[in-house]
Amino acid sequence: MEIFKTKLNLDFVGKRYLAFAISGICILATVVLLVARGGPNYGVDFAGGVVVQVKLEKKHTPAEIRDALKGTELEDSIIQEFGEKTAFEYLIRVTNPDIRAAGLGEKAQQALSAKLGEKVDIRQVEMVGPQVGEELRKKALYAIFYAMLMMAVYISGRFEQKWLMSAVMAGSLIAASSFAAILGVGVMWLIFVALAVSIALCWFMKLKYAMGAIVSLMHDVFVVIGAFALTDREVSLSTVAALLTIVGYSLNDNIVVFDRIRENLGRLRKMPFMEIINVSINETLSRTILTGTTTLIVLVVLLVFGGPVIHDFAFALLIGVLTGTYSSIFVASPILLLWEGKTLQTGKNSKPQG
Amino acid sequence: MKRLSWRAGISAALILIAFVFLVPSVTQELPAWWSGVLPKDKIHLGLDLQGGVHLILEVEVKKAVESYLERVVEDLKPDLRKSKIRVLDLKRRGIDGIEITLAPDQEAKDLETLLGTTYPSFKLETGVRDEKGKAYFLSLIEQERTQIYKMAADQALETIRNRVDQFGVTEPDIRPQAGYRILIQLPGVKDPKRAIDLIGKTARLEFKLVDEENSLEDALKGNLPAGSEILQETAVDRKTGRKTTVPYLLKKRSPLTGESITDARVQLDNQMGEPYVSLAFDSRGARVFERITGDNVGKRLAIVLDDKVYSAPVIRDKISGGKAQITGAFSMDDAKDLAIVLRAGALPAPVKILEERTVGPSLGKDSIDQGFTSMVIGLSIILILVAVYYRLSGIIADAVLLLNIPFILGGLALFGATLTLPGIAGVILSIAMSVDANVLIYERIREELRLGKPARAAMEAGFARAFVTILDSNLTTVIAGLVLLQFGTGPVKGFAVTLIIGLVSNVLTAVFMARIVFDYLYVIKRWKTISI
Repeated sequence: MEIFKTKLNLDFVGKRYLAFAISGICILATVVLLVARGGPNYGVDFAGGVVVQVKLEKKHTPAEIRDALKGTELEDSIIQEFGEKTAFEYLIRVTNPDIRAAGLGEKAQQALSAKLGEKVDIRQVEMVGPQVGEELRKKALYAIFYAMLMMAVYISGRFEQKWLMSAVMAGSLIAASSFAAILGVGVMWLIFVALAVSIALCWFMKLKYAMGAIVSLMHDVFVVIGAFALTDREVSLSTVAALLTIVGYSLNDNIVVFDRIRENLGRLRKMPFMEIINVSINETLSRTILTGTTTLIVLVVLLVFGGPVIHDFAFALLIGVLTGTYSSIFVASPILLLWEGKTLQTGKNSKPQG
Repeated sequence: MKRLSWRAGISAALILIAFVFLVPSVTQELPAWWSGVLPKDKIHLGLDLQGGVHLILEVEVKKAVESYLERVVEDLKPDLRKSKIRVLDLKRRGIDGIEITLAPDQEAKDLETLLGTTYPSFKLETGVRDEKGKAYFLSLIEQERTQIYKMAADQALETIRNRVDQFGVTEPDIRPQAGYRILIQLPGVKDPKRAIDLIGKTARLEFKLVDEENSLEDALKGNLPAGSEILQETAVDRKTGRKTTVPYLLKKRSPLTGESITDARVQLDNQMGEPYVSLAFDSRGARVFERITGDNVGKRLAIVLDDKVYSAPVIRDKISGGKAQITGAFSMDDAKDLAIVLRAGALPAPVKILEERTVGPSLGKDSIDQGFTSMVIGLSIILILVAVYYRLSGIIADAVLLLNIPFILGGLALFGATLTLPGIAGVILSIAMSVDANVLIYERIREELRLGKPARAAMEAGFARAFVTILDSNLTTVIAGLVLLQFGTGPVKGFAVTLIIGLVSNVLTAVFMARIVFDYLYVIKRWKTISI
């Protein structure tokens, strides 16, 4: 069985301005959404606070549950249904990060079973102090940043043999960011500045593969965060794990195409760079679709059967795999062309091979 | 072909090793012949899968410095008297040191000598001279303060370990973290609240005499006599469940504390059948207890735990022999926990819960079931898809894909890693990505075949060309995994570990092991067509 019987020659690169526009709109929408909401919707891991997950025997309205909790520390809580409707599971959430009483689960159980007169199963209690939430947020941002940076170094090294140059770039960025951290610059700004600087450095040092990778990885992370904001999902520790996995997956996709470009550059010396990129994308297209599909199938299964705890995690990966596949074709590879006209002028006037 | 049999031998050995590491996890009881050299460790299940408590505590080390300074103030008083240094005022200032005001005609020289010989942890600083006297400041040396912080954190860790051991949790994980914090993981705990209470209790036990020279009513109105304090006893009525608090006026000074306790046990009252805690003192404690009870017959002695009065019985007679008991309206669990904390000793400073995550056993079980279901369904779909798409080569790919499962699980057992719910997702995901390695190779072989190469040459070129790409793509994901490992806690770490093990196993199975089969078919058996 084959997806494409005939040899393909779709013009992906020619559509790059359309693709840039779509990506630009997605990123802009994410930024607008985030600004309108005053930042990502942080879960208890990052915002601090308490979440008690309870399983009841029958359906209750949030108001009933809140009434039953009167007189406990949880009385000012937000009640949400969780998971499937028939599971009667609820999240009792207190955002006040100063809450510090231990054993809130037990208290909720006592109050609820006394007032509602049914068996109450405390499924999960999460209490994160404000300090820890803040630290985790910092650590998460750093993790995403360092993951991208290390991958950029790896790519520059592998694809352009510019190990030293990329190591210098990474070293100076790490030094600058730790220096700024000592000065107490907000991590969010720090990361933004660092990423902007990395892109600028890539541009001037002509680390084009690294630049393609960094831009497409940022693109993917943005789109996933945007999808979370749009669907009102919470950003938690497992979201960060998902984001890092997406970074890995998306890069995986980029590398397959980059590898082919590198190989074709050696093979089809006379062909214009733009053509080479197009040929390479076409040659790897059936692989891209096949791998993307199997991964998506697995993630859909996880989304449907994996249960509510892993639901958001699977959702993040699902969106990430979609945008990762898209970005390796429409973002990462066309970016290599930014230097076109400066460095590869010589190849243009010769006739293509084949 | 000699090299082929070598490679097959290595593969067989690796598969065997993976299964050997899996045996302890899948069997209930290891067979008798399972020798000591073979692995015995099961795969650890994360708290999210088996239920339990995860805590991060902060030892409030500053409080330890405060109480150290308070102690020094108490010690200084008799020393100053002995050295005939006249002092107007002596008090602690935060965690910085001790303020001391000398009488106007008192020379500072004697104070300097006293400090130099007996209190080397302090530096004497001159303060302002006001109308009343000469103010000095004994500043606690920075190094000394850090030392107290460190000791308090170490001792808290040790005490909590002791308490958890005596509480009886299998495989607890208790370790220090930066910033005087303690990470505690208690898998499978049925009663999280009780465990948390037991761990978090400071358990500072003090015996204090009730101040009977002054009136409690006066004190409650605000005329608190110097050297006394008001503490409450909370009594719960067994029948109505109503709480009542009883205030006591107590002497501040505590002649005897929990430090002198050598043993604490739960015992049952003969008449009422109610549990109480019996204490045994060390020899110094026994002497002190004998003296207090002897000197104060007819008065009341309050037993105070963490500034709460447990009981205040009247001393009927001198008590020698170093035994005492704490009664109160205890439940059996309360009494047991009290005995544990008294035996394990007090925390040197209170602890604050920074993070608490409790997973009930029912949720853990559901998560395992759901994780397992998705794994089976997802894997089946992939296997069918690959077999249909690549025919015989697809079936070979399926076989090596399945090998990933024992490799990943065996790897988890080998490294003593923890399987969490995101970890199960990691297994599924790495199998999906292992499909990618096979796809890369097979698509390459197809391309080579289209160019008209014979079967063997196409197969060899496919493997060789795809290898670089597979290595690059897996390595970059491993980088992401390593970053996650550095950053992650609990479930996230579990995900990172399974992902990394999975990717290594990917390369091993898809590139190394699948190649053996292909070499056998197209090099040894010289098959002329590839079913792909």
